[in-house]
Amino acid sequence: MVKIAQISCGTEYSGIQDEIDKAASTFGAEILIPDVELDYINEAYKKFGFIAASSGIRLMIARAMSIVEGKTDADAVFIATCFRCAEGALLRNQIRRFIQQNTNLPVVTYSFTERTKADELFIRMEALATIVARKSLLAREKQEGLTLGIDSGSTTTKVVLMENNEIIGTGWLPTTDVIENANEGTKSALEGTGYKESDIEAIGVTGYGRLTIGKHLNADLVQEELSVNSKGAVYLADRQKGEATVLDIGGMDNKVITVNDGIPDNFTMGGICAGASGRFLEITARRLGVDISELGGLALNGDHKKALLNSYCIVFGIQDLVTSLAAGSSKEDVAAAACFSVAEQVYEQQLQEIDVREPLIQVGGTSLISGLVDAVSQTLGDIDIIVPEYSPYIGAVGCALMVSGLGKKD
Amino acid sequence: MKVVIFPPNSMILADLVERKGHEPLVMQSQIRKKVNTAEIDSPPLNITEKEPIEGLKYAAIEVPSGVRGRMALFGPLIDDADAAIIMEDAPFGFGCVGCARTNELCMFNIRQRNIPVLEVKYPTSSDETMELVNRINEFLDSLGEENG
Repeated sequence: MVKIAQISCGTEYSGIQDEIDKAASTFGAEILIPDVELDYINEAYKKFGFIAASSGIRLMIARAMSIVEGKTDADAVFIATCFRCAEGALLRNQIRRFIQQNTNLPVVTYSFTERTKADELFIRMEALATIVARKSLLAREKQEGLTLGIDSGSTTTKVVLMENNEIIGTGWLPTTDVIENANEGTKSALEGTGYKESDIEAIGVTGYGRLTIGKHLNADLVQEELSVNSKGAVYLADRQKGEATVLDIGGMDNKVITVNDGIPDNFTMGGICAGASGRFLEITARRLGVDISELGGLALNGDHKKALLNSYCIVFGIQDLVTSLAAGSSKEDVAAAACFSVAEQVYEQQLQEIDVREPLIQVGGTSLISGLVDAVSQTLGDIDIIVPEYSPYIGAVGCALMVSGLGKKD
Repeated sequence: MKVVIFPPNSMILADLVERKGHEPLVMQSQIRKKVNTAEIDSPPLNITEKEPIEGLKYAAIEVPSGVRGRMALFGPLIDDADAAIIMEDAPFGFGCVGCARTNELCMFNIRQRNIPVLEVKYPTSSDETMELVNRINEFLDSLGEENG
């Protein structure tokens, strides 16, 4: 059983300790609370050098020290503190770095409230458990043989065929029937390559539909999105070593993942309203009478300050758009304002919850909207953003890469 | 009299209060040498999502859930108290609250109650210890006299 060491402050008084235990056991892992002597707490936090005011935070430091000094036998580490606690946020990241720099253990961090959602904990625990169980797959930096990756997302299904570290075919279609879409996508990916389905040596599946498709295709790898997307993004961006942040502004929801050496360590997903999603840009393009693929270029030629679009709501956002156009704003200015509106909302709702580490790798279909990438960069103080080739396919690429480590099919 | 003590899980303070015939308002009934629970001041009760919501009586929604969850337990003790003893700078083993912000809020709330409060610092020598115990005893005796 995978042993996950918990380093936390506030989990019991927030009433979520049971949820954490439950989430770990769901994925065949157990939570281990490193026990430390009271005298060791003083010794450890002084050695660490951060004189925290809260004794709960000092205990966290001592527990981290006990892991680094080999006094606690753990396979992975889960670090959690209360949402909105400044001291907790500071230490959460310092302790993460301390453990990552001094051990090879996978770490996942989290800031919680009393309303912590079980599925947010589930995906973290699943990622930790699978990172431990599939460490050799995550360490893989090169794809070998002929492998297929399928990412069955909530909005679109992406398929990638890879051969000897190169993408040789792709398939992309809106998700309706997951199995049918996977079959169609596979057909597109194989088209023109000279290969047929039976030539594929291994199949990896991720995304919401992964269990259904995995069973149907008898896939060799069925993996949650967190580790697969991280791996795919750093592989495509050629940033397999060191730190990075992966940002995916999706059609319906947004994901931000922080990674260290290709392994995810924090994650936030959500979006209060569609006003902060790719869907808003799609409707904006329609109202401007341009194709979504032209919106980015249009935005780059506009000035976002000349049109006011900052509503959290997609309905009011479109109303603002119509008003701006009626008031004489140019299409370029409105396109730029729409991109900035999405970037600012993603920043306010999600990026503030996570420690954004450069480079930021922007992925997903919206990463092809250049005006949005520019708006995200400016919103984050001109941060360095990489949009890798095949950026909408990171999940499928991550699968095709990782599954190639499982060896050839008989 | 009901005397709230701070840290609220200090058995030594609780014992001193009890010996003088008062009722100590305390958090837990045993002292541990090893910390093998999730938190340094792990609650003796099963806390659920309900407590941080009840804690809204003492701290706003923007305050971390760990503070509000603690306040759901400590707050009523403070509300119920006729007197209080606050000890600052105590080591973990003496009793502690894991969260510094909860510490600050609890001490503030005690001071706001307008009840007799004795504020002391943790002693660092045997002379200071003797003096401290005498001060606490005198304080507790004075409470008895006040009640007549």
